Amino acid sequence: MKKILLVAITLLGSIAVQAQSKYFTRDGKISFYSDASLEKIEANNSKVATVLDVSTGQFEFSVLMKAFDFEKALMQEHFNENYVESSKFPKSVFKGKIENIADIKFDKDGIYPIKVKGQLTLHGVTKDIATNGTLEIKNGIIKANSVFNILIEEYGIEIPKLVSEKVAKEVKVTVNVSLEPLAKS
Amino acid sequence: MRHTYLVIIFSLFTSSLLAQGDLLNLIEDSTPQKEYVTNAFKSTRVINGASMEHLGMGVLDFRISHRFGRLNGGKYQLWGLDQATIRLGLDYGITKRLMVGLGRSNSKKELDGFIKYRLLWQSRGKNAVPLSVILVTGMTVNGLKFDNPERKNYYTSRLTYYYQVILGRKFSERFTLQFTPTIVHRNFVDSVNFRHDIYALGSAARFKLNKRIAIVAEHFYVFPGSSIDKNYTNSFSIGFDIETGGHVFQLHFTNSLGMNERAFITDTDGKWDKGDIQFGFNISRVFTIVNKNRN
Repeated sequence: MKKILLVAITLLGSIAVQAQSKYFTRDGKISFYSDASLEKIEANNSKVATVLDVSTGQFEFSVLMKAFDFEKALMQEHFNENYVESSKFPKSVFKGKIENIADIKFDKDGIYPIKVKGQLTLHGVTKDIATNGTLEIKNGIIKANSVFNILIEEYGIEIPKLVSEKVAKEVKVTVNVSLEPLAKS
Repeated sequence: MRHTYLVIIFSLFTSSLLAQGDLLNLIEDSTPQKEYVTNAFKSTRVINGASMEHLGMGVLDFRISHRFGRLNGGKYQLWGLDQATIRLGLDYGITKRLMVGLGRSNSKKELDGFIKYRLLWQSRGKNAVPLSVILVTGMTVNGLKFDNPERKNYYTSRLTYYYQVILGRKFSERFTLQFTPTIVHRNFVDSVNFRHDIYALGSAARFKLNKRIAIVAEHFYVFPGSSIDKNYTNSFSIGFDIETGGHVFQLHFTNSLGMNERAFITDTDGKWDKGDIQFGFNISRVFTIVNKNRN
């Protein structure tokens, strides 16, 4: 009986540890920037959902494509209708891992460089991504930052010749999220 | 000792189970967000009549509408290509739900203006609305010199008003359908036998062939009793919408020469079966006048 109790307590304990090791946000920020010769296009999304498991370094991002906000209404329409086809592919997902998670002391405030590897699924196409970034830990909040480039052609997004001077082949993606501990539920 | 192993194995197992689970599932909101349905049509006009689409806020749309002559004009008229009827238009989006427009047609030297307001916006998710309801009201001003300048003529005789309710739904990414009950009130009619108020029902549909090309068709049925004279026919137009960057090209065949509501609803006399068909095109070019503030 005692032993069963022990098993139960250990189990509960392990679950509790798991729960506390996760950090999340629902309003992370991702922006992208296309710098073509005739037009600069910038779009911001501030409804990015992210979960990070600090015990394993694994994390996931979910980005609602329709939540990207453009300077011009027509850019937004073309982005959703013609390029990323957001009715067909409403979300873009990044699943990855912080490779050097062991070097980060989550109980100590500071800025830590991170190496990230993972898979980005965009427009129904999944590609490997490797990039660097930083984690800033302050008062139990984790701020994650990263910048990387993607080739839109690789994700099956065609740019018609007519607008090739207006839409860059390579797009700079900036990630900026602030994660809070995920409460047990 | 055995039990200790069991505990370790068991706890390892549970933690690995948790780790493998989809992390996002932990925070995913199961109730879908409210999302407005957009791009039911490529342009704010189906062909001649207003569509359920609006311009974005701060967007100016310059529209060139052009109709050639009738195809049955034969070789002498180069099957209609010798003639040209045009309407130049400027539309502007004041808010996402409110737009206004002005147009000038060379036929009857007519000026037209309208206000278009989106009362209901089709949406998905939370508190979804199944269809869009748009109110349109407009006026046309005939610019021709009066036929009988010797008699007393009133400026108000030049005016025609129209009122429309557009009921539209984008059924799928490809298919959109809308109905447009319409009243056209003409202040002045050519004979006492003609009515001042014309009741009509417009219907329009779009079928998208691919990302940039769609087939559109439009019909205006004028209710019997309100028709103008024997020669009157209902307006029917069919064509393609082709989108390239900032332009939308609309190419079509129509039996209406007019390009404002008074003209194509009450003045159409072409008969499709007789070949009274015009080839025409609309070119829409949008300009962003007011940029949204950058974050």
